Amino acid sequence: MKLKTLILGLCTASAFALAAHAESITIATVNNGDMVRMQKLTDDFTAKNPDIQLNWVTLEENVLRERVTTDIATKGGQYDVMTIGTYEVPIWAKQSWLLPLDDLGADYDAADIIPAIAGGLTADGKLYAAPFYGESSFVMYRKDLMEKAGLTMPDAPTWDFIVDAAKKMTDRGADVNGICLRGKAGWGENMAFLTAMSNSFGARWFDENWVPQFDQPEWKKTLETYVNVMKEAGPVGASSNGFNENLALFQQGKCGMWIDATVAASFVSDPKNSTVADKVGYALAPDNGLGKRGNWLWAWSLAVPAGTQKADAAKKFVAWATSKSYLELVASKEGWANVPPGTRTSLYNNPEYQAAAPFAKMTLDSINSADPTHPTVKPVPYVGVQFVAIPEFAGLATNVGQLFSAALAGQSSVDDALAAAQSAATTEMGMAGYTK
Amino acid sequence: MARAVTTQHKVVVTAAAWAVALIIFFPILYTIITSFKSEQEAIQGFDLIPSFTFESYADVQSQYNYFKPFMNSVIISVGSTILALLIAVPAAWSMAFSPTRRTKDILMWMLSTKMMPAVAVLMPIYLLFRDFGLLDSRIGLTVMLMLINLPIVVWMLYTYFREIPGEILEAARMDGASLWNEIVYVLTPMAIPGIASTMLLNIILAWNEAFWTIRLTTTEAAPLTAFITSFSSPQGLFWAKLSAASTLAIAPILVMGWFSQKQLVRGLTFGAVK
Amino acid sequence: MATRQTQTLARSMLAPAVIVLFIWMIYPLLRTIYFSFMRYNLQRPETYGFTGWNNYYYLFLDGGFWPSIVNTLVLVVGVLLITVVGGILLGMLLDQPMFGQGIVRILVISPFFVMPPVAALVWKNMILSPSYGVAADIAKFIGISPVDWFAQFPLFSVIMIVAWQWLPFATLILLTALQSLDGEQKEAAEMDGAGFLSRFWYLTLPHLARSITVVILIQTIFLLGVYAEILVTTGGGPGYASTNLPYLIYKVASVGGDVGRGSAGGVIAVILANIVAIFLMRAVGKNLDK
Repeated sequence: MKLKTLILGLCTASAFALAAHAESITIATVNNGDMVRMQKLTDDFTAKNPDIQLNWVTLEENVLRERVTTDIATKGGQYDVMTIGTYEVPIWAKQSWLLPLDDLGADYDAADIIPAIAGGLTADGKLYAAPFYGESSFVMYRKDLMEKAGLTMPDAPTWDFIVDAAKKMTDRGADVNGICLRGKAGWGENMAFLTAMSNSFGARWFDENWVPQFDQPEWKKTLETYVNVMKEAGPVGASSNGFNENLALFQQGKCGMWIDATVAASFVSDPKNSTVADKVGYALAPDNGLGKRGNWLWAWSLAVPAGTQKADAAKKFVAWATSKSYLELVASKEGWANVPPGTRTSLYNNPEYQAAAPFAKMTLDSINSADPTHPTVKPVPYVGVQFVAIPEFAGLATNVGQLFSAALAGQSSVDDALAAAQSAATTEMGMAGYTK
Repeated sequence: MARAVTTQHKVVVTAAAWAVALIIFFPILYTIITSFKSEQEAIQGFDLIPSFTFESYADVQSQYNYFKPFMNSVIISVGSTILALLIAVPAAWSMAFSPTRRTKDILMWMLSTKMMPAVAVLMPIYLLFRDFGLLDSRIGLTVMLMLINLPIVVWMLYTYFREIPGEILEAARMDGASLWNEIVYVLTPMAIPGIASTMLLNIILAWNEAFWTIRLTTTEAAPLTAFITSFSSPQGLFWAKLSAASTLAIAPILVMGWFSQKQLVRGLTFGAVK
Repeated sequence: MATRQTQTLARSMLAPAVIVLFIWMIYPLLRTIYFSFMRYNLQRPETYGFTGWNNYYYLFLDGGFWPSIVNTLVLVVGVLLITVVGGILLGMLLDQPMFGQGIVRILVISPFFVMPPVAALVWKNMILSPSYGVAADIAKFIGISPVDWFAQFPLFSVIMIVAWQWLPFATLILLTALQSLDGEQKEAAEMDGAGFLSRFWYLTLPHLARSITVVILIQTIFLLGVYAEILVTTGGGPGYASTNLPYLIYKVASVGGDVGRGSAGGVIAVILANIVAIFLMRAVGKNLDK
C-alpha cells in the first residue's frame, strides 16, 4: 500500500514537472489554406520555444465562430489563442475579453502593419488582435473575354461599366456568365458583398439614430442593380453560391468577372487548379462616383482571450505567426506567392513578392481604399465596411441575407425583400434597445 | 417458402434491386471515387474513373492525424453504448416482464425526452459541462451520448424482450431456478440477438452524432465529426480532400455495418416477429 | 408471476433509467425556460436581466417564425412519407429472392452510416449543384437545362437529402417485419385467388402496422431537430422557404448570440413536439398495443 502511494506520488510529481516544462497552448483557427500552412510550419516555432507545445483546433468558419464566441462569453477557457475577424475585435475589446497586444517584442514592428488593417483591430489606441492575413475585395476578370467583348477594363471601373460589360461578356451557349457574385444567404456571404456594394451606392444600414435604412432609395438601387445584372449575366443557382462555389466557376472559365475577396487572386492565378490562370486581370471594386467603392475590409487575426492562464506563451505564438520573419519562413518553404497577404506594408515593398504576385498592387490599393471608420457616404454611428460592429448584426444580417437571396432567386420582388428587411431590422433594433 | 420461383422472376427482381441499390448508394460511391481524384479533377464534372491519386489522403493526414479522432470516436461510441446497455437492459427487462399500467406512458415519456432540439439547449448543457470541468473530456461526451440514445435503447430492448414468451420463465421458475439463473441461463441467450443489434444501432447513432461532439470538444476528446469539420468548406477547392476525410470518417462504421448487417436486420424487429 | 418481491425488484431495475433521464430532461428544460424570460445576449453581458415575455414577443414578430413552424411540419411529414412508402416498396423488393442479396442490402442501408453534415455537403456540391453536380450533368446529357434545386425547390431538396439518410432505417425495420410474415399465410391467400393488391392491402399492410408506427415515432423525434442539412445547403432560404424551427433557433441563438430568444424558440419547439407526439399517439399509437 505504501509503495503504491509512493509510486503514485512520484508519478504525479513527474507529471507536474513535465507540465511545468512544456506549457501547452490551444489555438482555435479557421480551416483556410493559410492557417493550415501555419499549422504545418509549427516546428519552426517549437524549435525556437521548446517549452511551449501547440494544440490545434481547426474548424470551418461558422463552427469556429460559434465555438469561440460561446467560449469567450461564458469564460469557458478552452482556448489560449483565437482566430477572429475584424467584426468581433471591436465588440470583444469593448467587453475587455481580449488582452491588448502592444507588447509583442522589440522586433515585431507593429508600425509595419497596414494602417487600414490595424485600424480595424484597434480600440482605444491599442491593438487587440494581430492580423494573420488581410483582405479587401476587388474585380477579377477574364482579359480574353473582355477583349472579345470589345471592352477595356479601367483600373477603377464604375458600376455602369461593370453591368454593361457583364451583359456583353455573357455567352450562355458557351457556358460563360458575365458576372459571378455571392448569393448564398449569410452575414459573411451575400451580405458581406451587398453591404460593401451598398456603400458605393450611398446606402447605409442605419442612420445616426440607429434607424434602419432599407426603405431608402439607395438600397433599392443597390438591390435592383444586383438582382438585374445577376438575372441577365449571372450563373444558374446563384442564390446558393458563396465564395467557394464562385471560385470553382471562375476557375473553370465559367465567369467573365467575379467581385470577391482579394485572397481569391492567389487561387485563380494558380495554374495547378485554375484553367484560366494566365488570363486573369484585376481592377478595383466599382463605384458610382460618390466617393466610396464597393470593396470590403477583413482580417483574420489572432487574439488572446483575457481569461487565459498562459498569456505569455500565447503572445509569443501570436508574435511569431504574424511577424515579418514568418512571412520569410513561408516564402523560403513554399514560395512568395503563398505568403499570407494583406498585413504588412513591407511585404508590398518587397520586389520578390511583387514579382510572384501580380495582384499585389491592386490588393494593397483595395485595402487602402477601404475605411472601416467612415464606411459610407452619409454619416453612420457604426464602424465596419461590410458589417456593422454591433453584436446583433450577425443574426440580423443573416436574416436579411435570406430575404435578399429570395429576391435573387426571383421568389420575391426587390420591394418586398426590402420591406421585409426593414421590418426585421426595425424589430431587432427596437428589441436590442438602440431605438425606442 | 415453398413457392416456386422462376428464374425469370429472379432475374427481373435482381436487376430492379441492383438498380435501386446503386442509385441509393451512388452519393457514397461518388464520394469514395472523388477521394481518389485531384482537386482539379473533382470539379471537372461527372467522371467515374479517378486518376487514383492518394494526394488527398496524404494532405488530410498531414493536416490532422487521423488516429486520435478515430480512437476518440471508438471510445465514445462504444463506451456510451455499453453504458446505455447497463442502464437500459434492467429497465427494459422490468418493463417487459413486470409491466404496470404506466409502462406504456413511461416509454413514451422516455422518447419524449429526445424531443428538445439540440440547438435550443446548447447553452444550458454547455454551462453545465463548463461548471463540472467536462468540456473536451471523453467521459463527459460518453455520458452525454449515452443519455441522448438511452430512450431508443430502452425502447428497442423492450420490444425485443416482450417477444420472449413468459411461459419459458414460468417453466424455469417451476424447476426451481433462482432469479440469477433465470437471467443467465434462460433469458440472456434468448435476448442476445436483440441486445447485439441494439448495440450496433446505437454505436452507429453515436458515431454519427455531429452536434454535441463538435460543440463540447476541442482537442483531447474530439472525434471524427470534428475531424470532418476541419475539412469542410475552407476557402479554395476542397471536394477531393473533403471526400477523402469523409471516406476516412465513415469507413470504419461502414465496414462494421457491412459485417454486422445480418445481425442488425435480425434484431431490428421491434416486436414484429410472432 | 407478479409477486410483491418481483415488483419491488422490477421497480429498482427501472429506477436508474428513469432517474437519469428525468434529470437529463428537467435540467435543460428548466434552464431553457428560465433563459427564455431573460435578456441574454452572449456578446452583451451588461444587459443580462429579466425581460418578461419579450423574447417570445419578438420571436413571434420574426417574419420567419410562422413559416418555420409550417416548414418543420412539412419537413417531418415529407420525409416520413418518402421513407415509409419507399421503405415498404424497397422492403418488398429486397424480400424477394435474388442474386447478390447480401450486397444489395448493404448498399441500401449504407446512407445510414453517413454523418448528416457530410451527407448534406456531398448532396449540395456533388449531386445537386446546377453548375457541376451530377444531376446537372445528367440533365445536360438528356438535353434539358439543369434544375436549380436549392432555389426552386429548397424545402423539397432538404427533404430529399434527409429522406435519403433515413430511408435505410425504415427499409431495415420494414424488411425485417416482412421477413417474419408467415409464408403459409401468403400462400393461402394466393390459393384463394387474392390479387397482389388485395394481398398487400389485407395481409401485408396490417402485418406491417406496428413496424410502420415504430418508424414514424423514432424518425419524427430525429426529424423535429434537423438543422445541419439546412445550414449546409440552403441557409434557410431563399427567403424563409426552407427555414424550420431548429434552424431559426440556430440563427437566433448561435449566429446572433441571442440565447434568450433562442431559448424561447426552444420552449416553443418542445410544445410543438408534444403536440405532434399527442397527434401521433392518437393516430398510430394503438398499433403499438398489438
